[in-house]
Amino acid sequence: MSLSAKDRMLRRAAADIKAGMTVNLGIGLPTQVLRHVPEDLPVCLHSENGIAGVGPVLANDEADRNLIDAGGAYVSPVPGTSYFDSALSFAIVRSGRLDLTLLGAFEVAGNGDLANWMIPGRFTPGAGGAIELAQKARRVGVITTHTDKRGNPKILSNCTLPLTARTCVDRIYTDMAVCDVTPEGLRLSEIAEGVALDDVIAATGAKLIVPDQPLPTF
Amino acid sequence: MPMPDKSRSIEEAISQIQDGSSIMLGGFGVPGTPFCLIRELVRQGQSGLTIIKNDANETGMGVDWLLENGQVAKLITSHIGLNSNAVAMMNAGEIEVEFAPQGILAERIRVAGAGVMGFVTDIGIGTPMAEGKQQVMIDGKEGIVETALRADFALLHADRSDPFGNLCFTATARNFNPLMGMAASRTIAEAEAMVPLGGITPDDVNLPGPFVDDVVALPELMEVYGVVER
Repeated sequence: MSLSAKDRMLRRAAADIKAGMTVNLGIGLPTQVLRHVPEDLPVCLHSENGIAGVGPVLANDEADRNLIDAGGAYVSPVPGTSYFDSALSFAIVRSGRLDLTLLGAFEVAGNGDLANWMIPGRFTPGAGGAIELAQKARRVGVITTHTDKRGNPKILSNCTLPLTARTCVDRIYTDMAVCDVTPEGLRLSEIAEGVALDDVIAATGAKLIVPDQPLPTF
Repeated sequence: MPMPDKSRSIEEAISQIQDGSSIMLGGFGVPGTPFCLIRELVRQGQSGLTIIKNDANETGMGVDWLLENGQVAKLITSHIGLNSNAVAMMNAGEIEVEFAPQGILAERIRVAGAGVMGFVTDIGIGTPMAEGKQQVMIDGKEGIVETALRADFALLHADRSDPFGNLCFTATARNFNPLMGMAASRTIAEAEAMVPLGGITPDDVNLPGPFVDDVVALPELMEVYGVVER
């Protein structure tokens, strides 16, 4: 069975969720990463609306009307789950208890700046918890298509949209590549199977550091 | 001596709200949203309200009833992306919307309830969220002052209450409810179950009665409290 480019991206991001971590997955693509996380991996999933220990999503006829995740999906508890209020939930975030968060992006810059909450004049849904997640999780991954629907790069040298947080992103997972934000600049670390290096460079709006040795594929 | 009885009719409880009042509404999405209290507020029609809630619910429920009825002047919130009506009214200038990062909104409410004037944080520095806020340095680090957020009223949804207003919340219906219940001049709670005094084990009380002014026992829950079909 061959995986779609999107599934490979999700699977690659899932591989960075390690045993013992406390993790928050943003709404949208990041939540879909769960499909590729082994069911027996010991991980604590945090949800901003007051859960540590988010269990599997339930069908409507099995759902508890009082138990949703931050994206509104009906979820279940697991042995060891706790519930808490919204201030405590963000105490967990701001005090650095999250080992990893995976977030979506409108734009992400080569220096790790992230914009994902506001397109002025067009769509301003508000940031929800994204500002604190992006700023305070110990490690921040962004999952995004490499280009937008019109084919324009989403990875830029500078974000044009209002920021969610400055220099917060550590790693970017796309359908074409894995890129790491380093002190020297944005490094191309891995490339999707069957994708040409020149195409990645052409689809990226920021300068990429390309290592001399062959790139691992995913 | 017995603890005071704060049971009220829903009409009496909501009639305390005036035109121009600021009102905190518990809830994150559907869970914890006091739909019956909101519905009564729509029926009574107070206008020019400032609504403080994590989100604007979805179209056709909760906050949206107040928006549709033209009762809201301003919304203080973290996210309205699931209510296209709220986004449209904001874009058209029909309501003012003030955004805060979700945990900062929660903390501003929490410190108000704790009798603290504000706090210093680095959240939002370098983003539009920091604009216009006082900057301070603590231990050589840049911070901004976030002020306590109080309201005239808090409307809460509880799983259980006793007549004194000791409240229990359940699962993700807790969210902002216990925080808002501490941060308003008058706190009104609706409860799915009203139990007698002593019916809640003291260790199980999530928000103690001294914070709560009025408790309303809910009749059978209306459909909006149920699982949302998507």
